[in-house]
Amino acid sequence: MGRLKQSDLARQIGISASYLNLIEHNRRRIGGKLLLDIAAALGVEPTVLSEGAEAALIASLQEAAQRANMSDSESGRAEEFAGRFPGWADVLAAAHRKIADLERTVETLSDRLAHDPELAASVHEVLSTAASIRSTASILAEDKTITEEWRNRFHTNIDADSRRLADSSKALVGFLDTETGEAAPSGSPQEEVAQFLAAHDYGFVSLEDGSGSVDNLVSGAPELVSVQSRHLARTVLNRVVQDSAQVGMTDLQAALAEDGVDVIALSDRFGVSVPHMMRRLAAVPGLDAGLVVSDRAGSLLFRKDIEGFTIPRHGAACPLWPLFQVMGQPGQVIRARVQMPTRDGVVFDCFAAAEPVGPMVFNAPRLLEAAMLILPVPDSPTAGDVPVQDIGPACRICPRGGCAGRREPSILSDGFGGF
Amino acid sequence: MGKHVLLVEDETNIIEAIQFLLSREGWQVDTHSDGATAVDKVRNMRPDLVVLDYMLPGKNGIDILTELRADPDFERLPVLMLTARGQSRDRDLAERAGVSRFMTKPFSNTEVVTAVRDLVQLAQ
Repeated sequence: MGRLKQSDLARQIGISASYLNLIEHNRRRIGGKLLLDIAAALGVEPTVLSEGAEAALIASLQEAAQRANMSDSESGRAEEFAGRFPGWADVLAAAHRKIADLERTVETLSDRLAHDPELAASVHEVLSTAASIRSTASILAEDKTITEEWRNRFHTNIDADSRRLADSSKALVGFLDTETGEAAPSGSPQEEVAQFLAAHDYGFVSLEDGSGSVDNLVSGAPELVSVQSRHLARTVLNRVVQDSAQVGMTDLQAALAEDGVDVIALSDRFGVSVPHMMRRLAAVPGLDAGLVVSDRAGSLLFRKDIEGFTIPRHGAACPLWPLFQVMGQPGQVIRARVQMPTRDGVVFDCFAAAEPVGPMVFNAPRLLEAAMLILPVPDSPTAGDVPVQDIGPACRICPRGGCAGRREPSILSDGFGGF
Repeated sequence: MGKHVLLVEDETNIIEAIQFLLSREGWQVDTHSDGATAVDKVRNMRPDLVVLDYMLPGKNGIDILTELRADPDFERLPVLMLTARGQSRDRDLAERAGVSRFMTKPFSNTEVVTAVRDLVQLAQ
């Protein structure tokens, strides 16, 4: 569409950019006033646009014919078919495109199943339990000579398995429903730590006032099953101890009442780095702030969820997050109002800053850690005149089309949103 | 028939169901739940057939099968693999490792019993 930006054109003709994207890729056929409006905005004759759509239709029909192993002589009559039966041609081309979309979606989901250990474990649990129930129920239904002892045992097994199936199904749905932000069943050390932190609402009063110890908290946590998760939890809790020594919760709450959530003013007041202050703010009861901490490679080292702001459990997050922008300039603090692609369009204020971590060693790469504090915006989504940046959760679960940051197809929306 | 089957599976209720089914058909069924020691178990018991789960604690079914096939004593041992991992790549892995029959969960009882009978007859 030439030099006119897609979003500008969409605004000019009064439709959404995503709908225009569908039209541009011949996923929606148009006519009448909309066709005339687009042609006028682009400064071309309407026939130029309709001819382009016609060519795309014929190309789709020929593709469908090829996939059906139709003979060349038959598939060469696609244009004639489209001319004689335009309605049927549209239906056939749309069905062909839909099948291709679905095939790619299935391929993506299949790939996800293979590479996402948490999802694979959840599906495995459901299928194993279903296998047990099916096999046991068949024995009870078909074997009339079964002894009472076996019958009772199988009834007990079915009862236990049906409960297990109900739990594992719910857990699977919770895992797949990324928009609800429900906790997933634990499956990785990181997930165990996330559950442990959530169980404590990310606050550890006993560590802050010195009445408790890291070791006691870790050893008494039912969520921390694996050795790795206990190690990770100790790292997080040791940092809580260090952070709270310089920024006590009572003092911080008093300062908040004076400065508001001004991360620079607050960090100056306490003489700590901005990421340090963000970690403390994330623990303030009632502030309801989310927090993400990442290393330079994009691995999410810490995550405190906030409703409506989806933080991926596996793989890379959205490269448009302010969290990643600050990696190039440690010390810089970014404040940005962002919007996730959710139905209710809520917006968030994000503060992000990066700082070097670990010991300094000659000629060794300096390690960096970035933190991003996420705060809900009151009165969202009509939250004043502050510019709002569109971001997403992660490419594979982001429906945004035409995004320059997209690195992999989405499994949501139209099969392959924006790819 | 009196033939000997070793069931390597870690799901207790599936173990009970399969054990019941095969015992009812006259098979002598032993069970084992630990992947790490499954190969030793096969070497000690020398069963006529192994029903092998894919995902096991300690060592997965593919590694167990590969180890068995590398032993001349067990390169022709019938192995029926039962798994919830029914993707084509899992099936390919199992076939490359030398599985005799690959069956996905949930399975039908008749299929399991028939497969066990056929595989043992074929090996005789």
